[in-house]
Amino acid sequence: MLDHFTAPTRRDLLRVIGKVGGGAALYQTMTVLGHAAESHFTGPPQLTGARPGASVLVIGAGLAGMLAAYELTKAGYKVQILELQGRAGGRNMTLRGGDTVNELGSVQKVGFAPGNYLNPGPWRIPYHHRTVLHYCKELGVALEPFMQSNHNAFIHRKTAFGGKPQRYRDLTIDFKGHVSELLGKALNAGALDAAVTPEDKARLLEAMRSWGVLDKNMTYGKSEKVGEQRGWERPPGGGVNGAPIPNDPFGLSETLDSKIWDQLGFFAEHAMQTSMFQAKGGMDRIGKAFQARVGKTIRFNTRITKIAQDEKGVTASWTDAITGAAGETKADWMVCTIPASILGQIDVQIADTKKAALKALPYGNSVKIGLEMKRRFWETEDAIYGGSSFTDQAIGLVSYPGHGCFSDGPAVLLGAYPFGVGAYVLAGMTPERRIQAALDQGAVFHPAHYKAEFSNGASLAWSRMPWILGCCATWTEESRAAHYQNLVSMDGRIVLAGEHCSYYGCWQEGALLSSLDAITRLHQRALAG
Amino acid sequence: MLSGTLSLAVALAQASPGFAQDRPSNGESAVEVSAEGREIYEQICQSCHMADAKGCGVPGAMFPALADNPRLADKDYGSIILLKGRGGMPWFAGMLTRPQIAAVLNYVRGHFNKYQDTVTVADLDRITTANPPVPDCNCGH
Ligand SMILES: Cc1cc2nc3c(=O)[nH]c(=O)nc-3n(C[C@H](O)[C@H](O)[C@H](O)COP(=O)(O)OP(=O)(O)OC[C@H]3O[C@@H](n4cnc5c(N)ncnc54)[C@H](O)[C@@H]3O)c2cc1C
Repeated sequence: MLDHFTAPTRRDLLRVIGKVGGGAALYQTMTVLGHAAESHFTGPPQLTGARPGASVLVIGAGLAGMLAAYELTKAGYKVQILELQGRAGGRNMTLRGGDTVNELGSVQKVGFAPGNYLNPGPWRIPYHHRTVLHYCKELGVALEPFMQSNHNAFIHRKTAFGGKPQRYRDLTIDFKGHVSELLGKALNAGALDAAVTPEDKARLLEAMRSWGVLDKNMTYGKSEKVGEQRGWERPPGGGVNGAPIPNDPFGLSETLDSKIWDQLGFFAEHAMQTSMFQAKGGMDRIGKAFQARVGKTIRFNTRITKIAQDEKGVTASWTDAITGAAGETKADWMVCTIPASILGQIDVQIADTKKAALKALPYGNSVKIGLEMKRRFWETEDAIYGGSSFTDQAIGLVSYPGHGCFSDGPAVLLGAYPFGVGAYVLAGMTPERRIQAALDQGAVFHPAHYKAEFSNGASLAWSRMPWILGCCATWTEESRAAHYQNLVSMDGRIVLAGEHCSYYGCWQEGALLSSLDAITRLHQRALAG
Repeated sequence: MLSGTLSLAVALAQASPGFAQDRPSNGESAVEVSAEGREIYEQICQSCHMADAKGCGVPGAMFPALADNPRLADKDYGSIILLKGRGGMPWFAGMLTRPQIAAVLNYVRGHFNKYQDTVTVADLDRITTANPPVPDCNCGH
């Protein structure tokens, strides 16, 4: 009997569960089996059977708004989008030569060479952001690898190594080596005997020796084995002088000065791990792909000034940002994706608890600066292909384009991407002074070429974007507990959506997941009501 | 001691905004914020309220003017907002020390307005203890 029994494969099992229990059951099972735990996405929503003639007004043509319009139209709703700007995409945008950056208080003309660009907002997509990846595939957006980390890029701290940048590789290997040596010493001295079994102690000693590349005395230092990780004074070659010469590791103290654990912890985060992707040609290809599907339903240059609702429907009052004309648009339902920093300033007929949530949601600030260099000296001189060099100066980092490696001609570096103090400092400067600061600070990594090869630059300060006045919503544990459910709950005929209505803040995945959840609940309510 | 512990908690909250957002990296910036009111204004505040403190934007999407602002006559008004944030404006209790908060408030109230009384660190401590609600938005100003 047993001979004829074959255990169902995992995939058979999933197929059966999917058929019987639907997507939610499938997702739960997959999570238990250890798949899919990264994203709530279980495939596009299967919304069908909207009541004939039912209409939805979507406010904001960012990714959340356009995805809502796309799926609701498929479900049979009449959809209209109202958007303040003369462009779609919201925070999903790309700056190219000829573009204009309109900040509050300044105007810049972007002078990049053809083909070059800066993504001033979203620039990378983790491999587990399944909603973004799904719609990129469905809408035909080509993705390519984004070089997330680079062992050969630099780390700079004002107070480490006399201010001289060091290679990420050297610091991480030395940190690992020194920590291994110390743990080995502690184990051998019996300091951890109360915490580990004798078997684990033996295995840990073996692990430290091999992982930390310690010598037979369990010490970390210059050796050929260390050279194989850390690189060489003279690298292995051919012929007579082929033998490599290892170089000198840094001491424990100076390694600690670099605080290299900050970068190690950063790259260990789930959303910062490889593989990472970017849209080929610029991140705005995603917004443009949505626009190709729902563009006809967008009324641009339309500033919502007031939102009202009653038992029959919703009314959005607006002014045309170009002509100044006032108007009203009515519909049965509304998905509102206006960022909280703006929505909190508008007269909206929603529950006081929702208003309180909007008032408790501050926005962070950030600045991105693109520097076009005449040639890729970081590749030719420093062997850095993609990835980022980090600094504790205001600019935060310099990031190297991972696309177009080895090409001749000009290329655009990301010359600044700070959060926190550095972002405020740079945002408060004029565009010209920002470029100067970015050149002064970034030159620490490439002193011989950074200023000499500079051609032109452009920047975007998120606090100066008139349609958001900030970067992304900043939740805390306390504000989540007090306000999150109030913010996302459906309120009569209105549901809010967008990055701020998700636990995936400041990611496109959050904007899309929030949108899918909002329209699914709206559809259920519309069918019930 | 108590206030020290509190401000550390706030600093941590600001450094890690809830869930792992897209951001440059971990670790603290070495950028030093000045102790002097005018310089703090230029380093931090003018990124939104503009160099002339006249604010910007249009009604429904604006940073309010701090110059000639009657609400600032009440010296606790700005203190509460800097300590607790309001709407899209974050709290600065983690980024600025209490002496820095007092210094920049005195600069804004004295230089861009004509209010002569000064905000002290003791005032900020008093507000922290009393924990008053955040005053209503004066975005229309
Ligand atoms: C600096 C930065 C870096 C980022 N990095 C990444 C990254 O690497 N990867 C990633 O996946 N995500 C990243 N993000 C996050 C991502 O950009 C957002 O989560 C996402 O684009 C938000 O989409 P949304 O539709 O919720 O909002 P938005 O795109 O902001 O859309 C809101 C829309 O509402 C409109 N609007 C505002 N006011 C009104 C009004 N009164 N009337 C009518 N319309 C109005 C706006 O013009 C806008 O078009 C980054 C964001 C920033 C700022």
